[in-house]
Amino acid sequence: MNNKSERIMAAVFFVCGITAIAAVFAICVYMISSGVPALAKIGVIDMLFGTKWAPTASEPGFGILYIILTSIVGTLLAIIIGVPIALLTAVFLAEIAPKGLSRVVKPAVELLAGIPSVVYGLLGILIIKPIMYRIETMIYAGDPSHQMTGGANLISAVFVLAVMILPTVVNVSETAIRAVPQHLRNSSYALGATKITTVFKVTIPAAKSGIITSIVLGVGRAIGEAMAITMVAGNVVNLPMPFNSVRFLTTGIVSEMSYSSGLHRQALFTIGLVLFVFIMVINIILNTTLKKAGEDE
Amino acid sequence: MTLYKKKKRPLDALMYGLIYFSGIFVAALLAGIIIYIVVNGVPSINRTFLSTIKSVATGTFGILGYMVNTLYIIIITLLIATPIGIGAAVYLTEYAKPGRLVSFIEFATETLSGIPSIIFGLFGMAFFGQSCHLGFSIICGSLTLTLMILPIVIRTTQEALKTVPESYRQGALGLGAKKWRIIRTIVLPSALPGIVTAIILAVGRIVGESAALLFTAGSSYLLPKALSGIFSHIMESGGTMTIGLYLEMAEGNTDHAFGIALILIVLVLGINFLTKFITSKITKG
Repeated sequence: MNNKSERIMAAVFFVCGITAIAAVFAICVYMISSGVPALAKIGVIDMLFGTKWAPTASEPGFGILYIILTSIVGTLLAIIIGVPIALLTAVFLAEIAPKGLSRVVKPAVELLAGIPSVVYGLLGILIIKPIMYRIETMIYAGDPSHQMTGGANLISAVFVLAVMILPTVVNVSETAIRAVPQHLRNSSYALGATKITTVFKVTIPAAKSGIITSIVLGVGRAIGEAMAITMVAGNVVNLPMPFNSVRFLTTGIVSEMSYSSGLHRQALFTIGLVLFVFIMVINIILNTTLKKAGEDE
Repeated sequence: MTLYKKKKRPLDALMYGLIYFSGIFVAALLAGIIIYIVVNGVPSINRTFLSTIKSVATGTFGILGYMVNTLYIIIITLLIATPIGIGAAVYLTEYAKPGRLVSFIEFATETLSGIPSIIFGLFGMAFFGQSCHLGFSIICGSLTLTLMILPIVIRTTQEALKTVPESYRQGALGLGAKKWRIIRTIVLPSALPGIVTAIILAVGRIVGESAALLFTAGSSYLLPKALSGIFSHIMESGGTMTIGLYLEMAEGNTDHAFGIALILIVLVLGINFLTKFITSKITKG
């Protein structure tokens, strides 16, 4: 009796253990099998490199090049804006901050990570959008060729994304900076280097692989974010220029899924597949290259 | 220049300035967000808002339906995900021998935690919704979220299990107890605070989730039809508070959206403090 329950439980735990593998496998199979049909019907080149997205028109077009480009450009811009602030905050927390201040900033970073993405979206609409509209009207005041976006454009979405990647990048870089052995810093001080020189010439280079990991995680977070930017990006398929109303891979899915059908719905799943491929590439980079680099040091 | 005169380093000063600015900027950002939401959200919150559902007939708005649905999703997701997640963590720390399978499971868990919620939403809609014929329903949403929170539950529980001293297990083994008995009577009870933390973290993630639920649990704001409908509600569409916020935002009812945002923020803050409280208890004890 006792032995029987031992054996049963061992099997139960084993099944629980492989659930994660089964889930990843099922997600891969489903994303591919629901994303490929549209790709086959429309044609790989026509779809991935086509620029006309008009799924409900009488002569429908399913080109998603601009959507892919928007996601890439938007993510890069968010990284360019967010990472310096996040990295300096990580330095602040790990090296510079007096205890009292770090006791305020550290929980703030954690709480920023916990704020739901729809709330960021709400703030984006009510704070960033009006500011961007004002800037837009200033820049394009006498330019009739520019189509006013009312502030719902690429740059607004980029600001929302930049804020949303802060916690990820801060946390992971801070851990990496803290893990740098103290003797490296001490040697640098002994050579007469100041604190700032030590941080930027010794500590950050030593924590390089952890910092790169944090940035890659930030890229993953930014490219996969949907609800926060659905309403601030403007939702028109366009070239990713700062004051163009644009559509990301994620926002394209969110805004059209509810009324799509047939080939249109299949095409949306292809957009999902493209996003999924991006994410899997990021995951593989994280799990192979960066993990190995971390172990070598 | 004398030995006693400090060399001026303008670049150092500038970098100090930038570092302090960044740190304080992040804290100010959070403070700004919270104040903005509280100031704009408090006026929307009243009795009708909290205790009724949206009504076209009277023109009033309330979020009771969304709150009940959120509760449903939390409970059902936890009922499914907690046993599986704890089981997986137990397998990884107590049963499995280091090797290819373990690293494969860990790779899968890492991958799951890196998949964005919109992909979970698409998968949930295609697999649970269409292939399993669950349609837009609370159970469909919960099954989707189960996959999403599995990594948090597994990882946090694993950490908790690792802190249980090896001597406890050996002591029990010496008394003749077998593996499952040791796990049941010694390991899991000792790791309980850590497991509770895992569950609370999972709740935080569920409360804030939206993209994975939009196409799985749907957006209905209705309550269970009657007392007898408590269980059948699981098979009905049910939007959570985040979905409610999104819909109100899309319709331009920002005051409603702010009311929901305030409640969400209060929940998130509460969950954060609760986790901190438990973790500090563990480290002290």
